[in-house]
Amino acid sequence: MFSYCVDPKAIEGLMWLSCYITTAKHMSFYFSFLVVMGLLSLAAPLAMAFGFAGATASRSNFRIIRSLGKGYLAMIRGIPDIVFFLFIPIALDQAFEYLRHKVLCSDVTEPIRQGNDFVVCAAAKLPLNTAGEWVHDIYGFSLALLAFGFVFGAFAGNVLSGAMAAVPKPQIETGEAYGFSQSQIFRRILIPQMWIYALPGLSNLWMILIKATPLLFLLGIEDIVYWAKELGGIKTGVYEYPHPDWRAWYFGVLMIFYLSLTYLSQSVLDKISARLSQGQATMAGKAG
Amino acid sequence: MSSCFQTLSDYGLRSIGYGERLLPKADITLCEQFVLIGSGMIWNIYFAVLALLLGFFFATVLALGKNSNLSLFSAPCRLFIFIFRGSPLFIQFFFAYDLFVLLPRLGFDIDLGFLVVTVETRWLTKAWLGALIVLFFNTSAYAGEIFYGALRAVPSQDLESADAFGFTGIKKFRRIIWPTMLRLAWPSYTNEAIFMFHATTLIFFTGFPAWQQKGDAIYYASYFADKTFNPFVPYPIVGFYFIFLTLLIIGLFSLINRRLNKHLPTNERKRLRFNKHNLIR
Repeated sequence: MFSYCVDPKAIEGLMWLSCYITTAKHMSFYFSFLVVMGLLSLAAPLAMAFGFAGATASRSNFRIIRSLGKGYLAMIRGIPDIVFFLFIPIALDQAFEYLRHKVLCSDVTEPIRQGNDFVVCAAAKLPLNTAGEWVHDIYGFSLALLAFGFVFGAFAGNVLSGAMAAVPKPQIETGEAYGFSQSQIFRRILIPQMWIYALPGLSNLWMILIKATPLLFLLGIEDIVYWAKELGGIKTGVYEYPHPDWRAWYFGVLMIFYLSLTYLSQSVLDKISARLSQGQATMAGKAG
Repeated sequence: MSSCFQTLSDYGLRSIGYGERLLPKADITLCEQFVLIGSGMIWNIYFAVLALLLGFFFATVLALGKNSNLSLFSAPCRLFIFIFRGSPLFIQFFFAYDLFVLLPRLGFDIDLGFLVVTVETRWLTKAWLGALIVLFFNTSAYAGEIFYGALRAVPSQDLESADAFGFTGIKKFRRIIWPTMLRLAWPSYTNEAIFMFHATTLIFFTGFPAWQQKGDAIYYASYFADKTFNPFVPYPIVGFYFIFLTLLIIGLFSLINRRLNKHLPTNERKRLRFNKHNLIR
């Protein structure tokens, strides 16, 4: 990056370090921090949407929808999230390709599952073989995002359904007394009032989400963990910047990154919680 | 069916190194997947049980330390809890493994009088010890924070009655404070135990190598998913095992919960259930 970096073997000390940390690969490493932030900002609203749908479904009057919703919310407690992170992207990928195969290549009669192979015609491949590298990256990231949305949606659904149940019954009865319909009660009474009950759980969930972001690595994304492993490993003399095993240092940096992220989030969330509990009939509200 | 018994004897203890050495490669049967993934569960149970048992005591120490008026005790406990709760367990595994690798490959002897045990630092790079230590610290920090919260919530009347009965020091702690603290913390602690049990699935995806393909349940599940290119069989099997054991944990913890609350009149006893809108982790 700097002009004196042309021959890294000739420089030493801080100059060497300044050249080392500005190599193209390190730039990819820094960019992957943005990927984490991007994942966080997209996964949170997606999870809220999934969670809202799950919580609403689990209160539905139709038995099938209700049991689907309840099953969705319950399953996350019994099964580790890592199972879903491994399962969902590959399952979705196969499901998409299967459907495209059925639609696009209806003339192919051979079965898709042949022994240990999953064979679809070239036109049904996702992304297409001819597509550029960035399409593959975006596709992989989207599958990962869906997996995060699905898993954290189940967590959020638990929080939201708990919060809906915590809204005092008389509030709902008042709505009924005024002749509100079920959906009016839902929109005008239940939803506005549940947030204060949902807040502690949702803040907690945000912290869990932050701490789950390195799992992107398991989904085959070139994220911060990938680059820390890659850059920190031993580099022999054939590389431009030889160094011993520095992985512990790189992961130390990641530790500090996450510690500051969670610390910052916690202080913001504490402020929000203090603000929202002002005037509420709770211990925290009276203290102020 | 008899071939499934054969599979059971071949692969039932494969994850800890007994039985058939080679993993199934072609024509993988449902039975093989069930048996081998179940065999991997041995490791998940090993890590969870040991980390929870050891962590329980350390967490109590951390909670008491954090609650201490002396900053000499409270500051290190706060820092410890902050570091392990504030960073992802996944990164902690990587970080710890890479630190352990850097340690010199030394050994030292512990003289037990009748027996000399050689402790080698290279054991730290093995999952059974290295990952266990990380899990132990991690669960101690989370449980420590839960216990600390419960300790702060012990009703002052309880303490006053302890004083009235002339309880002091250790006796006051052991007979009055500690049981109440546990009672208050128990629902959250149950939750932590389940999270912790589920977190054991991370180990073999971090630096810790599955030596001679001795891995945990999810290690074998992802092996099968890779080999058969069909995720719809092995992952549901893992899910089945975990649901079963999670229910077992809940059952066990509710038994303890009943014992913790047995002095209360029956109508005041709270049944143990998940805090739905207050997952603590």
